[in-house]
Amino acid sequence: MTGPMQHDQDLLTASGQPGKNLLTATDLRVCFGSGPLAREVVAGISFGVRPGECLAIVGQSGSGKSVTARTLIGLTGDGSQVSGRLEFDGHDLATLTERQWRSIRGARIGFILQDALVSLDAVRPVGREIAEPLRLHHYGRAADRRARVIELLRQVGVPEPEMRSRQLPGELSGGLRQRALIATAIALDPQLLIADEPTTALDVTIQAQILGLLEESKRRGRALIVISHDLAVVSRLADRVAVMRDGLIVEQGPTAELLGHPQHPYTQSLLDAIPSAHSRGTHLSDSSGKARAPAVLSARPGGLAAQAPLLVADGLVKRYKGPDGKVRTVVDKVSFELHRGETVGVVGESGSGKTTTGRIVLAVTSPDEGEVRLHGQPWTSLSEGQRRARRQHVGVVYQDPLSSFDPRWTVRRILSDALPAGYANASRAARIRELLHQVGLGDDTLDRRPLLLSGGQRQRVAIARALAPEPEIIVCDEPVSALDVSIQAQVLDLFADLQDELGLSYIFISHDLGVIHHMSDRVVVMTHGRIVEQGDAEAIFRHPAHPYTQRLLASLPQLSLQPELSGREPAYDRSA
Amino acid sequence: MPPAEQRNNALMTVTNVSSAIDQQPGIVRLGGRARGLSPGIVLAWLVVAFLVISVAWPGLIAREAPLAVDPAHPLQGPSLSHLFGTDQSGRDVFSRVVYGARESLSIGVAATGVGLAIAIVLGFAAGLGGRWADTVISRFLEVLFSFPSLLLALLFVAMFGAGVGSLIIAVGIGSAPGYARMIRGQVIAVRNAPYVEAAKVLGHPPLRIMANSIFPNAMRPLLVLGTLGIGQSIVWASALSFLGLGAAPPAPEWGAMLAAGRDFISSAWWLEFFPGAVIVATALAATALGRHLQRRLEGRLA
Amino acid sequence: MTQSAAAGQILVEDGPDIPEPAAVPSRRRRVGRVLQDVIGGVIVLWGAATLTFLAVHLMPGNPAVSYAGGVASHPSKSVLAAIIKEYGLDRPVIVQYLVYLSNLLHGNLGYSVSEQMPVSQVIALNVGPTAELTLGSLVLAWVLAVVWSLLTVRRGRIISSIGSGLEVLAASLPQYWLGIILLEVFAFHLGIFPATGGSGLQGLVLPCFTLAIPIAGFLGQVTREEFESALEQPYITSAKARGMSDWGVRLRHALRHAVLPGVTLSGWALGSLISGAVIVESLFSRNGLGNALLQGVTQQDMPLTIGVVLIVAVVYVVATILVDILYQVVDPRLRSAGQ
Repeated sequence: MTGPMQHDQDLLTASGQPGKNLLTATDLRVCFGSGPLAREVVAGISFGVRPGECLAIVGQSGSGKSVTARTLIGLTGDGSQVSGRLEFDGHDLATLTERQWRSIRGARIGFILQDALVSLDAVRPVGREIAEPLRLHHYGRAADRRARVIELLRQVGVPEPEMRSRQLPGELSGGLRQRALIATAIALDPQLLIADEPTTALDVTIQAQILGLLEESKRRGRALIVISHDLAVVSRLADRVAVMRDGLIVEQGPTAELLGHPQHPYTQSLLDAIPSAHSRGTHLSDSSGKARAPAVLSARPGGLAAQAPLLVADGLVKRYKGPDGKVRTVVDKVSFELHRGETVGVVGESGSGKTTTGRIVLAVTSPDEGEVRLHGQPWTSLSEGQRRARRQHVGVVYQDPLSSFDPRWTVRRILSDALPAGYANASRAARIRELLHQVGLGDDTLDRRPLLLSGGQRQRVAIARALAPEPEIIVCDEPVSALDVSIQAQVLDLFADLQDELGLSYIFISHDLGVIHHMSDRVVVMTHGRIVEQGDAEAIFRHPAHPYTQRLLASLPQLSLQPELSGREPAYDRSA
Repeated sequence: MPPAEQRNNALMTVTNVSSAIDQQPGIVRLGGRARGLSPGIVLAWLVVAFLVISVAWPGLIAREAPLAVDPAHPLQGPSLSHLFGTDQSGRDVFSRVVYGARESLSIGVAATGVGLAIAIVLGFAAGLGGRWADTVISRFLEVLFSFPSLLLALLFVAMFGAGVGSLIIAVGIGSAPGYARMIRGQVIAVRNAPYVEAAKVLGHPPLRIMANSIFPNAMRPLLVLGTLGIGQSIVWASALSFLGLGAAPPAPEWGAMLAAGRDFISSAWWLEFFPGAVIVATALAATALGRHLQRRLEGRLA
Repeated sequence: MTQSAAAGQILVEDGPDIPEPAAVPSRRRRVGRVLQDVIGGVIVLWGAATLTFLAVHLMPGNPAVSYAGGVASHPSKSVLAAIIKEYGLDRPVIVQYLVYLSNLLHGNLGYSVSEQMPVSQVIALNVGPTAELTLGSLVLAWVLAVVWSLLTVRRGRIISSIGSGLEVLAASLPQYWLGIILLEVFAFHLGIFPATGGSGLQGLVLPCFTLAIPIAGFLGQVTREEFESALEQPYITSAKARGMSDWGVRLRHALRHAVLPGVTLSGWALGSLISGAVIVESLFSRNGLGNALLQGVTQQDMPLTIGVVLIVAVVYVVATILVDILYQVVDPRLRSAGQ
C-alpha cells in the first residue's frame, strides 16, 4: 500500500504550482503527407491547461480535435509532421526521443479513448490491461501490481473488483468497461489526463457516471483535457472550452462565458443546432430561429384527439431466444396511438426495445402477441401478400442509410425504384426531381451513387425514397444519430418542414432526449421492453412521473450550468 | 475452400474500412492506389497478353511445331535457338509451351465453369430455398469438405478413368464446394441486407425484389471468384496431369509436359522449370487481376 | 434475419437496472460444444461413407469388378463370387448399403488387390510417414507465416509490399514445381539433402518445405491482413498511450488477434497438406497414404482408394474438432459466459 502513496508524493512535488500551465501548446500544427498532397489537419492552435483544470476541445468530425489529442502524447501517426511548441511541466515535448516519450505516456500523461469495447484488448482480462501501465513503468512487484489493480477498480467504482479483474472486456457492461478503461489511464495517477470522446458510445445514465469520475480526478488536482463533439456533455465538466473547426480554434474561453455569449458565429450556430426544450417549434439550422407554423407542435387543437387514430399499437409482445437458450421479452405489452400529422417520439436507452417496436410497426417483424392496426384495419395480422398493397402508407428512414441502398444503384435508380407503378417516363423523371428538391438536393446528385455522398445527403436521399410512395406515416429509427450536430439540425428541420407541408405522421425513435423533445408532440418512454410513461411531450419533460424518466432526465447533460450567465432558461425541471 | 472464405472476409474487411473512412470526412479516401496501375498489374496484363497470343496465334511467337522432333538435338539446355531448351526427342520446349497454352487454359476455364455452375445451383438453392434446403445442402457441402479437393478429384478420376474430359469435371467438382459455400454466404448476406428490407417496406413483390436486388448483388462476386479460380484450376489440373491422370504425353499440355520431364529431373532441369514457371505466372496473373478487379468493384460499389 | 438482429441487440443490452450476468464458469457449455462437434463429425463421416458407396455403385460397370481391382486385373469367376458374397452384391441395394456400413464400422475396409493385403493393413503401414510429413509441414508453415508477418507487417511501404508480394507468390507455387526446384537446387546441385528417401530428419526437410511454403503463403496472407487491421484498432493506441513499445504491442496484443483466423484455417490447411502429400510423396518417392491413394487410383483398386479417402475424411473431421478446441484456447471470448 505504500507504493501508490509514495507515488502520489513524488508527483505532487514534481508537478508545477497551481496557476501555472502544466501543458502549453503554442502554434501547434500537424500536417499529413508531403508535397502537393500534404494536408494541414491542425493549422496553428495555442492552448494551455493548469493543474486541477479541465479544458474541453469541441468540434465536429474533421475539425482536427482527435489529431490534436494524439499529438499531445506523441502518437500522431505515420506520415505526419508536427511543428510548433509543446511544453509539458517544463519539458519541451518536441525534443523527446521515442524512448523518453514511452516513459511519459501512461505515467505522467494518461489517455482515454472512446468506447472501451474496442479500446481494451478483447482477449485479455481487464485486470491485465490495468496492470499493463504498472508493469511497463516498473511499479512494484507482481503482487503490488495486483493489489493496485484491485484498488484502482474499487476507486473507479467497479463492484467485486477481484472477480471483475479476471473478466474479459466483453463480459462487462458498457459502464463498467469504460470505468476499467479509465482505471488503465489513471493507474499511475498521471498529472494530465486526456480523454477523447470518453462518453460517446454510452447511454445517458452511464455517461453521467463517467463524467462524475472524470470530475473526481479534476478535484484531486489533475489536469484534464476532454475532446468531444458534444458541447452539452463537456459543459458540465469543463472550466474552459476551445471550439475547433477546420484545424483552427475559432474561439476559446471560460465555459459559462463562451456558452452564454458566444463571440464567433460558428459557436453560435453550434449552440443553435442543439435540439432541446428551448428549440421546440423553431428551426435549428438557421440563426433566425424561425418558428414553425403554429398548431404543428404540442398546441394542437384538442379536436385532433377526438379523431380516429391513424395507427394503433395494441399490446405488442415480442420474445427472442437468447444465445444461452433463455427466452427474453424484448417488447412487453406496448400500446400507443399515432394521429394524423403528429410525431410520437419513442425514447429509451440501448436494449429498451424501441427499435423492435419500430420494426413491428413496419411489419418486418411480427409480434408474438398483440397487433398494430392501420386506419382501423388489421395491419400486422395480415399476410404479406395482403399487406403489400397497403405498404405504401408506411415508410421508413434508418440510422445508416448507406446500407439501405442497393450498392449498384444511383440516386436516380433508387428513387425510380421507390415510385409506385403507373408513372409514365416523363412524369417519372419529373417526380424524381420533385422529390429531390423536396429534400433539398440538387439535380447534380441524380447520377451519383450514395457511397460518394456525405452523411447528410445520404439521409436526405433516404427521406426522398420514403416520400416517393406518398406515405402517411414514416417510421424514423435513430435517423440523425450518426450525423454531426449541424447536419443533424438540418435534417431535423427537413423532417419538420415536410411534416408541415405534407401532413405526415412520424414515429420518431431515438436515444437522444434532446432530439425527442425537439421533435415530438407525444413521447413514449421505454425501458426493458416496457413503456414506463407516455403522454404529451411538454408535460413529460417538465414533470416526469416515473422514476426512470426522472433519472433519465437528470442524467442528461445540461448546456448551461449557470442560467443567469447564459441568459437561457433551464432546459428541464430537475426538481420534479 | 477456406481461401474463398478468406476472400469473403477480405471483402468484408475492405468494405468496413471504406465505410469507416467515409464517416470521417477529414480523411482523404485512399482509393487512388487501388485504382492506379501498379507494376504488378502491368506484369499481370503482360502475362495475359502473352497467353492470348499463344492461344489465338501461336505461330506468331513459336518458331517450331509443338510435335516436331529433332533426334539430332535431344535434351539441349536453354540457348538462343531454343529459349527453353529441347526435350528428349529434340522438340523445342518454348514452342510446346506456347502451343500448350490453348489446351491448358481451356482445361482451366472449363473446370472453373463446371465448378461455378455446380456452385451457383447449390449456393442459390441453399441461400433461398428455406431452412430445410439450407440444412441439407450445407451438410452435403460439409461432407464434400471432408475430402480435400485434390482427393475429390482423384476419387472422380478413379471412378471414370483418366483423360482430359474427366480431368475437367474432376477439377470442377473439386473446386465446387468452396465456391458454393461462398455463394451461399453472399446470397444470405444479400437476402438479409437492409436494402432488401427497404424494398420490402416499399411494397415490392418478392419476384421483383429477387430480380432487381437479390440476384444481381449475389452474382456480383462471381467475376472476381471466376478470375481467381482460373489460376487455381490450372494449377490443380496440371497437378493431376503431373501425376499421370490428365492429358497424355506427348500432347503439348503444361501438366503433361511436367509429367514427361520427371524422368530427366536430375539432368535436364529446363524440362520441368519452364512449363512450371508458365503455370505459376498464369496463376499469379489470375490472382493479381482477380484482386485488382475486386478492389475496383468495391471501390465503386462499396 | 430479424431474429439475429434483435438477438445482437440483447447482447449489448446495458441498462443500469440489469444485474450483471453472473460469470458462470461454462465448462458444461464447452463440453456441450465439443459434443456437438463430435455429433456433427459423425454425421459428416456417415455422409462421406454414403458418398463413397454411391461412387462405387454409380461407376460404369459391375461393382463386383471394381471391388476386385477393375477390369484390367481380370478377376476370376471365383474371386468375383467371393466378393459378391462378402459385399452382399446379390441382395437389394439397401442391404448392400447396410452391409457396407457395418463392414466400415468393424474396421473392415476390404481387400486391396494391388497390394495383396487388407486395406486396413495398407493404411496402418502408411499412416506414420504421412503423419510425420503433414504435421511437420503444418508446424513449419505456421512458424514461417508468423515470423514473416511479425517482421514485415507495417514496416514502411517497401518492406511491407515485399512481404505481402512474397506471400502471394508462395501461395501460388504448385507443390510439384516447388518440389522440383528444391530438389534441383538442394539435392542435385548442392547435395545437402537426399533426393529420395533419406533417413529421419534429413530426408524430411525438402518434402516438408515443399509442402509448407505454399500453405505458409496462405496463412501469411490471412495473418497479415488481420495483423494490419489489429494494429489500427483503438486498443493498440491505448496500449501505446500506456507507454508500450512497437514490439510490445505486436507481441502482446496484435499477434493473438492476428493468428485467430489462421487457426480456423488450420483444418483446411491439413486437408490441403494431405492433397499435397499425394504429390510430394510421389515426387520424393516416399511411402505414405498419398502414394497408396495414387496407386489405388492408377491401378483402379477401388477398395484401397475408398479406404484412404475415408481415412482422410476421418482425419479431417478430427482435425476440425481439435481446431475448434484450440480456437477456444486462443480466443478466451468463446469460453466466457457473456458470448
